[in-house]
This record gives sequence, C-alpha cells and structure tokens, in this order.
Amino acid sequence: MADSDIKALTGGLELPDFESTAFTTPPPLAEAKVAIVTSASLHHPDQDDFSPMDTGYRVLDGGRRDYMCGHWSPNFDATGIALDLNTVFPIDRLDELAADGTIGSVSDIHLSYAGNQFDLSAVRMDSGPAGAKFLRDHEVDVALFTPV
Amino acid sequence: MSTLAHVFEEAGIATVALGSIGAHIQGTAPPRGLWCEFPLGRPLGKPNDPEFQHRVLAHAFGLLGSSEPVVEKFADAITDDGTETMVCELPPRHDPSLHPAVDEANGLRPAYDRAVAKLGNRTGAGRTVAADDIGAAVLAFTKIAEGTPWKEAGIPGIPARVAQDIRGYYETAALALAEHAPAAWAGARWFFTSTEAGRAIVDARQAMADAGEKHPIWFYITPGDM
Repeated sequence: MADSDIKALTGGLELPDFESTAFTTPPPLAEAKVAIVTSASLHHPDQDDFSPMDTGYRVLDGGRRDYMCGHWSPNFDATGIALDLNTVFPIDRLDELAADGTIGSVSDIHLSYAGNQFDLSAVRMDSGPAGAKFLRDHEVDVALFTPV
Repeated sequence: MSTLAHVFEEAGIATVALGSIGAHIQGTAPPRGLWCEFPLGRPLGKPNDPEFQHRVLAHAFGLLGSSEPVVEKFADAITDDGTETMVCELPPRHDPSLHPAVDEANGLRPAYDRAVAKLGNRTGAGRTVAADDIGAAVLAFTKIAEGTPWKEAGIPGIPARVAQDIRGYYETAALALAEHAPAAWAGARWFFTSTEAGRAIVDARQAMADAGEKHPIWFYITPGDM
C-alpha cells in the first residue's frame, strides 16, 4: 500500500471538460472575506452523514470544531485530519491570517461536499451553483478549495 | 474540487483549489490551482505544523494576484514510498473466550477513548458503527473470512463503511499509543498488516471476491491498491 500506487489508480478517470475557464477578479486579499469549500465530506455530528453518492453539501459553522469526516473512500490517509483538522480544513490558519490582516475576514460559514463522485453532472448543474449562491449571499469573496 | 472551482468562479467567487494529484489539477485547469505533491488526505501537507501550512496558504492566496487562470506547483513535495509503518504495541490477550480480533478491539478501547478525548472524533467510529459495537463488527468480518456469506455474517451496514469505522477506530487508538504524528499511510499499513482485525478485513475482502460478490461490495473495503 503506497500513496503513489493509489494515485496511479486514478489515472484512468475521465476528467470533466470545460470549454472555457470562468475568472473572477477578487478584491484585495486584505479586504476579502474568505471561506473554505472542502470535498472531505465534513459535517457536524448533528447533521446528516453523507450517503455513498451524495451530491449535496453541508453548511459548516466556522465557530465550531466538531467536524466528522464522512468521506466514503478508503483511498486517503485519515490520520492527518484525525490529528489536526487544519491538515484538510485550515480554519485556524485562516483565523490567524485574519488576525494579522493578511485576509480581510473569515466567513462564519463554510461548505462541504463529497469528493467521491463518479457522475459530476448534479454537482455541476445543481448543488455546485446552489452552494456558490449560498456563499455569495453571505458576501464571500474568495473560496479556498481543499480535497482529501 | 476543480469542477466546483469552475462553478463557483462562474458565480462570482474567486477561487483557489489545492490539488494532490498533478494530472488531475492540471487536466481540469481550475481558475487558480496549486498542485501540492502531498499524500492523499493531507492537502495542507503536515499535521500540527502551522508554519508549513501557512507556507502552502501563502502560495495559494498569492495566485489571487494573477490576471489570468493559473496552475502552479508548490515547492516542497511529501512522498510516501509505502514502507513506513506505525509501531504500536497491541494489548495482551485478555479474554481467551473471545475471538482474538474481538479481544484485540476491546483491548484498544481505553486508547481510543484517550485519543477522542484529546483530539476529538473526526475519523473514528460512529459513522455506521458505534465504538461500543466495534467488536461485533470485527467478529462479522472474521466470519466472512472463515467462509460465511457476507449477508449472513451480521455486518451492521454497508461492508465498506463498516470497515472504514473499524479502521478509524484502530487508527485513532494508535494515535494515543504512538503519541507522535505518523507519516501518511503509516497508520493504515499498521492496521491492515499488524492487527488481527485488519488482517480479518483483508481476508474477508478476498473471500467476498472469491465468492463472486459484486465488485463494489468488496473492493472498497480496503484501499484500492491492496
């Protein structure tokens, strides 16, 4: 069992194709509100766990630290996030960057999706746009995307 | 991640995507991507190393200054060659009347509880199998390994998810026993090669494959390269 072997298993996956790359110019980082969007299937214990092909998202409360990893894949090391949430979800690091003025502020809410998807159409057409609108409605300027 | 980055950017949010697999982040070309050649599960690289994590974030947020789509690679790489394994002393046999794997699981409970009290429970038991029921779940896998059809073995859920909770229980307990940050995958290698429960799960997976069960039912019980 080796990380390189597991990564090699993904070599045959068909990657989504985008005809063009959308591009949004952010405000200066020191003025920007930043949120994390992770595909680690994080959720709070009182929220629904992710089902095997769950294409929805969970809203994470940035004031809490009781996150569980609901990701279904066995193909990642889980001890990193078990030891330190910031290995996947760097919420404490963002708080530090906001405190020293590097970023404007940290959003009170963040989003979590399930990364173990074979069919991305629902994420692309439904839950993705819905999550983006949710963050825009909360005046988020910048989103940091983290996988597992 | 890159798919979502495209979608969010379209909605007016500037994005930066971290990616652990170079071919994926380069192939999907998110608006701004940072390929971090780190093990899967550790996109910020090093647990309990704020300085390193800040270096990753500094590079990532620096991409926001680009006037066009950009994918760059982080300077440092962390690789796993598949050899490092956690060294954890397993509890001695306590109840000879129990299957050795069940006795082992029960014996790890104090360490598991210490780890959860210290670290919280992010990847341990509780998604499908409560900590109190890990022993019964382990016993079900030993039965499959010994030839019982999986649907008759008492697996308390989808086999892959049950196995994930058992592995999480063991890896969480191991963090209390080792008291150091293990290299990526060192905990998983310890579980699958050094513990009675891990070996039972590997054997059960093989038994299910040999019995002709559907591929998704058994394949995701362990990492895919096993």
